[in-house]
Amino acid sequence: MVTTDATPATPDTAGLGNETLALPNRRRRQRGPDRPPWMEQPNPFMTALKAIVLILIVIIMLFPMINVFATSFSSYRDVLSGDFILFPRHPTLEAYQAIFKGGIVVRALQVSAGLTIFGTFFQMLFTTTLAFGLSRRGVPGTRFVLLLIFGSMLFPPGMIPMYLLVKELGMINTFPSLVAPGLISAFNLIIVRQFFMNIPQELIDSARIDGANEWHLFWNIVMPLSKAVLAVVALFYAVGIWNAWFNAVLYINDTTKWPIQLVLRQYVLQGSALTNASALTSNQPPPPAATTQMAIVVVATVPILIVYPFLQKYFTKGVLTGAIKG
Amino acid sequence: MATGPATLEQGARVKPGRVSQRSVWSRMWANRGMYLFMLPGVLWLILFAYVPLIGNIVAFQHYSPFIGFRASPFVGLDNFREMIHDPDFIMSLRNTIEIELLQLIFAFPAPLLLALLLNSIISERVKRAVQSIVYLPHFLSWVIVIAMWQQVFGGAGFLNGLLVNQGFHTIDIMSNPSIFKGLVVTQTIWKDIGWGTIIFLAALTNIDLQLYEAAVIDGAGGWRRLIDVTLPGIRGIVILLLILRLGTALSVGFEQYFLQQDAVGAQAAQVLDTFIYFRGIQSGDFSFATAVGLVRGVVGAMLIFGANWVANRFGEEGLF
Repeated sequence: MVTTDATPATPDTAGLGNETLALPNRRRRQRGPDRPPWMEQPNPFMTALKAIVLILIVIIMLFPMINVFATSFSSYRDVLSGDFILFPRHPTLEAYQAIFKGGIVVRALQVSAGLTIFGTFFQMLFTTTLAFGLSRRGVPGTRFVLLLIFGSMLFPPGMIPMYLLVKELGMINTFPSLVAPGLISAFNLIIVRQFFMNIPQELIDSARIDGANEWHLFWNIVMPLSKAVLAVVALFYAVGIWNAWFNAVLYINDTTKWPIQLVLRQYVLQGSALTNASALTSNQPPPPAATTQMAIVVVATVPILIVYPFLQKYFTKGVLTGAIKG
Repeated sequence: MATGPATLEQGARVKPGRVSQRSVWSRMWANRGMYLFMLPGVLWLILFAYVPLIGNIVAFQHYSPFIGFRASPFVGLDNFREMIHDPDFIMSLRNTIEIELLQLIFAFPAPLLLALLLNSIISERVKRAVQSIVYLPHFLSWVIVIAMWQQVFGGAGFLNGLLVNQGFHTIDIMSNPSIFKGLVVTQTIWKDIGWGTIIFLAALTNIDLQLYEAAVIDGAGGWRRLIDVTLPGIRGIVILLLILRLGTALSVGFEQYFLQQDAVGAQAAQVLDTFIYFRGIQSGDFSFATAVGLVRGVVGAMLIFGANWVANRFGEEGLF
């Protein structure tokens, strides 16, 4: 076959010998080197259609977020008047002042931050140690433990048995109840293990000659070499804890221990009055619910937006996709 | 490597070839440090993944939290019999299946279509930019997502504000039971369409470019290449994802429905997950709710094995 001989993808060697293909190819090279040489010149109608669809998708994705941000910085009147809001007409921090004045939102943010930090630490500790234990060849029992992990994915524990267990362990109304049941994600474990296994055996062996025990291997060799993947997994865990709220519905009755997401649900979706609970001075009219609600949404979203670029950088590189079929 | 021979000598301890000649016990003793590493994780796994499985025995009991597992009387299959005659269970089951079917028809192929679109973008920069935008909603919690939708489509939200301003009537989207199922599918697509593309994009880039070249030589146009090269190239991953998806067919998700149930009512939004919560935790009918959860789990596992078996029969690689 002719095509298998021609080196693909590199535009310079794109001598396909086919006149109809080669002609538009020359023109394309100036516009962008990415187009494979065999691909025909795009139909302008299709290109326009594609562009329109993409722009629509981007708008649909971004509009709700922008609208929420704009509302949270708007004044009460602008929101009431129902004008098109993309940029707040009279920017104000009223809503943020109201929620940061103290009271339940600030406490919930502290709870969520604390949970995220400690929770992620323990999740990483359990995930990396188990992954390391399972990562070296020739250790009897490895297969059995992997089978246990696989089984736990096939038969996830039901909500009620888990609730009864947490209750039996005396963890109701405690912060560990929000972390312990989800300490190890099988998916993350497989990713980390896969990465540990790819560390060259020679490296491990030579460290052993130098007298390194397992702990040294783990802490001084395997962990430092895996920084990138560990960072991604930690971020995934952190986002998971930050976003979790239903476990608090199940296990936490004490509203002072509520994470921010649950407070968000209470005040935004269920429409409870935040102004009654928070310490607002009475001679000042309370800011309208809509702007305050959106300010809480923004406050709960911003940490995700901050870590998002780091997350995105890694998962698009295919760090995670390779591990899906393990 | 300078320490080559020495490395081999010492490394033999963990090299599979030589190790297998030794007895299991000596290998275990040699690796005792590794077991220490496994210990915390394995203990956790047993406690939080397998003890709850044993906890499913309450499905065969008339469990009372005050007298505990041991003293609660066994009632055989009573809870399961009760299930069949429970109208609320039937309703949640029907809602679950209807929603799952809608998700399979609309939400499952959506990321595939987007992946094909993204894959056809020549400019890497445009592609990256679009990707980073469409991935984002996946990382927002359902509470935030619903709050955002509320802000745009809710009764006092942006859209209705606009309509009123222009002299139109308001439209009810967020609290309308008759369109709720369509709404949740749309929300799911909005949140996860981007995330779903990742795996399809990875599969698409794995297709050998020479296949496309060969197809062009044979006179295949863009459409023809899609049908004959691209789609067969990602068939394996699509089947794999379908199998995984079937395993969770009876759990369409909890948070989305729980959050919106107040707005549209149980008739439209009660799914098996929320049903288990309300029956079990709210009403304290632990045994009955556990039975529902158990049936769902067993059906899910059976669906995975069944779909995998079918895939294998048709010569696909499947899940295992």
